[in-house]
Amino acid sequence: MNERVAGLRRETLETKPSISIERAALLTEFCRNDNTTSVPIRRARAFQYLLEHKEICIGPCDLIVGERGPAPKATPTFPELCCHSLDDLDVLNSREKTSYAVDRQVRQTHKEVVIPYWRGRSMRDLIFAEMSPEWKAAYEAGIFTEFMEQRAPGHTVLGDVIYRKGLLDLKADIEQALSCLDYFHDPEACAKRDELRAMAIAADAVMRFAERHAEKAEALAAVTTETVRRSELLKIADVCRHVPAHAPRDFQEALQAYWFTHLGVVTELNTWDSFCPGRFDQHLYPFYRKGMEEETLTREEAKELLECLWVKFNNQPAPPKVGVTAAESGTYTDFANINNGGLKRDGSDGVNDVTYLILDVIDEMHLLQPSSNFQVSKKSPEAFLKRGLEIVRQGWGQPSIFNADAVVEELLRQGKSLEDARCGGISGCVETGAFGKEAYILTGYFNLPKVLEIALNNGVDPLTGKRIGIQTGSARDFASWQQLLDAFRSQLHHFVDVKVSGNNIIERLYAMYMPAPFLSLLVEDCIAKGRDYNDGGPRYNTNYIMGVGPATCADSLAAIKYHVFDRGDLTMDELLEAVAHNFDGHDKTRLLLWNKTPKFGNDDDYADPILQDVFNAFFDEINGRPNTKGGYYRVNYLSTTCHVYFGSMTGATPDGRKALEPLSDGISPVQGADQHGPTAVIKSAAKFDHLRTGGTLLNQKFTPQLLKGDEGLSKIAQLVRSYFRLDGHHIQFNVVTAATLRAAQAEPEKYRDLIVRVAGYSDYFCDLTRALQDEIIARTEHESFAPATTEPVTV
Amino acid sequence: MEPRRGLVFNLMRFALHDGPGIRTTVFLKGCPLDCWWCHNPEGRSPKRQVVYVAERCIHCGDCVRACPEGALQLGESVVRDPHLCRLHTRCVDACSTGAQTVFGRWMSVSDLTAEILKDRIFFDESGGGVTVSGGEPLTQADFLEALLAACHALRIHTVVDTCGYAESHAVERIASNVDLFLFDLKLMNPEKHKKYTGVRNDRILANLTLLAKSGRAVIVRIPVIPGVNDDEDNLAAVSRFLTPLGLRNVDLLPWHQIAAGKYARLGLTYRMEDLLPPTEEHLQAIAAPLRRDGFHVRIGGLS
Repeated sequence: MNERVAGLRRETLETKPSISIERAALLTEFCRNDNTTSVPIRRARAFQYLLEHKEICIGPCDLIVGERGPAPKATPTFPELCCHSLDDLDVLNSREKTSYAVDRQVRQTHKEVVIPYWRGRSMRDLIFAEMSPEWKAAYEAGIFTEFMEQRAPGHTVLGDVIYRKGLLDLKADIEQALSCLDYFHDPEACAKRDELRAMAIAADAVMRFAERHAEKAEALAAVTTETVRRSELLKIADVCRHVPAHAPRDFQEALQAYWFTHLGVVTELNTWDSFCPGRFDQHLYPFYRKGMEEETLTREEAKELLECLWVKFNNQPAPPKVGVTAAESGTYTDFANINNGGLKRDGSDGVNDVTYLILDVIDEMHLLQPSSNFQVSKKSPEAFLKRGLEIVRQGWGQPSIFNADAVVEELLRQGKSLEDARCGGISGCVETGAFGKEAYILTGYFNLPKVLEIALNNGVDPLTGKRIGIQTGSARDFASWQQLLDAFRSQLHHFVDVKVSGNNIIERLYAMYMPAPFLSLLVEDCIAKGRDYNDGGPRYNTNYIMGVGPATCADSLAAIKYHVFDRGDLTMDELLEAVAHNFDGHDKTRLLLWNKTPKFGNDDDYADPILQDVFNAFFDEINGRPNTKGGYYRVNYLSTTCHVYFGSMTGATPDGRKALEPLSDGISPVQGADQHGPTAVIKSAAKFDHLRTGGTLLNQKFTPQLLKGDEGLSKIAQLVRSYFRLDGHHIQFNVVTAATLRAAQAEPEKYRDLIVRVAGYSDYFCDLTRALQDEIIARTEHESFAPATTEPVTV
Repeated sequence: MEPRRGLVFNLMRFALHDGPGIRTTVFLKGCPLDCWWCHNPEGRSPKRQVVYVAERCIHCGDCVRACPEGALQLGESVVRDPHLCRLHTRCVDACSTGAQTVFGRWMSVSDLTAEILKDRIFFDESGGGVTVSGGEPLTQADFLEALLAACHALRIHTVVDTCGYAESHAVERIASNVDLFLFDLKLMNPEKHKKYTGVRNDRILANLTLLAKSGRAVIVRIPVIPGVNDDEDNLAAVSRFLTPLGLRNVDLLPWHQIAAGKYARLGLTYRMEDLLPPTEEHLQAIAAPLRRDGFHVRIGGLS
């Protein structure tokens, strides 16, 4: 990287995240004085007020401009969604992991201005007030989490619209839609009118925001004597006067258009998973090629611009999370995830020169944000796969690897058109979506082993003694394994009902009170339908519930089936006693369960079908349930950091896991349970029916020597291709040694730069909690041994 | 011995160093050699062996109670009287911690092919297959022959990793179903060979000559044991022997200390306790003259 980029990178790495009061204060000021009755128009005007008054920040070396806060890593809050208490701020300021500096002025303004207005008015307050006692009991017991309790639904990815159309063009589309409203027959015509007008206001707001950057750049140019920088500033001003009002004309404008769009979305609301540029390589390629052909752009210049944008992503830590949401997603990353490769709309291979350029950028930048991935289809060239793996093997956890063909099939099964499916990809961690056309909302994680725990205790949570489930009978009376599975299914049915009924209320609250007119402009069919993103405007509207701990759950069921019903070497009573006592005084039982039981992850014909039973139970319960926006519920399997939180809410489990320890992550085997190497893990993981999900997450940890040389790289490539031939959705590699990680635990200050793959994202190892650090160390380290080092496996 | 069942002491999937591609390696038990540096001492005996891993033991006494022969005694650790043990392996079944384990399981050809086929998709993708190693797989020649034929019938690529010490007609019998031999060549001097491996090397050299002359694909593997076979004389002799045979592929496998713990568990003495593994520079120095003589030399078998 060049000197400019190196400096920007240093700055973003060294700047500590802080809380900015700017947005909260401006919003409060606006809302106090505004009397607009239409909710979408009021939201749009608030958005306009923010962008008109927020501080404009152009750094001395920037080529791509714009920050979410008044300075890099100054992170805004969203009191209309979650009004932090003063305690929350103190916790954020002082907590050991993922802290945000809160200065006295911020705290004071928050106390005197923000809290008095927003307390009781935030979405968080509304949501908790509306939830049923059953919902609250299950939520507090750690059966599920709720994504929208302090962050807005987003979970969407931009398509190609901003490269084809400027905001002025979109405003013309809005005018067209307004002129088509049918006030004679359509009872919703007035609501649509308000929504469309709100979108137009939001478009104006972002154009003005860009214009303010142009003004600032010109002002800076006027006082800059250094000629190179002055011309850069004038170029920036020119770019900001053109995009996003108009479609971009060149590579720099394309990047800047995206960045203003991104900032608009993440300023309007604190959308989950930030916002993503989708198939960035494909969108940028025409601008890149044009620049190269006309000799107005070199590869180095394009790389520098991309790297400047990368820094911008990294300058925006996730809005501060608290409580359960911080536990389920304890990280600075906001999950913007760059897709590379994959397929084109016509089904041909999507890899192009910009794909390789972006991979070079990822390789050079080594930043937490944005996350990155590469999409491998059967048509992808080997050179692309290997270039990606070359970066993977450096061991900082990026990029992750996706099966583009499986993603297409998943989307087709959900009813998308083939073209929309091919233009789709993944966002967040591993979630499948049709880019630019779909709201695919992650509604919460779901604790599968906890549901089994409740089933084994006839509806009672043994950790609190409270009855939170239904009565499915005393497990000690179960005469067969099938009876146990039926009880598990019944509890699952109950809790999914509770979760979905809560979701439906929350979904309506967002539709009514938190429309997102700017985001709606960008997602196809919202303008045509005159409906908001949060109210079924997009072409597709999907809700996900994410299964957590499937392997822990399956291994626990397998242990009971094997020992109690098949072999009879334990009675149900003995097993439940041991579990109830967290194996205290029952060491031998625990070791029997741990060592002498078939486990998922070993390509084992006893354990793996039980995993499929769990998969089917969860799938049958969720898939196809309608949501309130004309779409459907689907399942996926990822855990972010939630397997640690759920573990801390779950007692000992029959697989030999002790109380409060983490659950299995993603679809990976229980930590340490897989003993036959990566091919066996892959075969087991392929027993998930990936194509019936909206994403699964498989973690594999490799030591660096396994990936050594071109031959090592080839064999990992073959491993990946094999998994994808089996329809595997995603695989990611942690390429580090356990010794390195332990060393990092002992002397964190020496390992500040150690990035590891956590789940669907990477994080600084030293920012993880001790429990999560331990868990990552425990994930089986797959060494490939020369025969000389073989530790015998008894067959 | 039952002809259609073999005694297997390990089955390793995702083996990357035993031939091309991603492989499953089957380790057959029993070896006629007694190499000082053997890294799989649990593969040497042609019988099953119960091994006690003290670190895993919680001294519950289940194994002692399970033994119908009264061969086990619980003290500081569990001690087994080898004269009383009849290898019922009830102790292994009774042990919940894995402290009592058994090396060696009788498996039929179809048992093994079922296991091998589990990774077929990886073989297909990588050009891999099955490798039969040991021990010395040719000590179970009948079973080996049947296994290799079954693999070929399933169109699975086969590799045999051998020390070469076997009846020539046994080598000839299996050869048509072997796609690649990994053939160990430890020492050229017959007396030194006898000292360090327990047998002379004339039969080994004859078998290697036989395979070369019949045009079989062979990679010669030399375990590099410092102070034993890494001298210039030995390597020059290797070069002189292989050159007329037209064998051009040589893998140098650096010896390392990792097997030491296995000897303790098996109650065996390790004769290489104080040896240091060869350095990378030393390996390169050994490889250089071989390369000059026209050999394709890989270090570690995976370069």
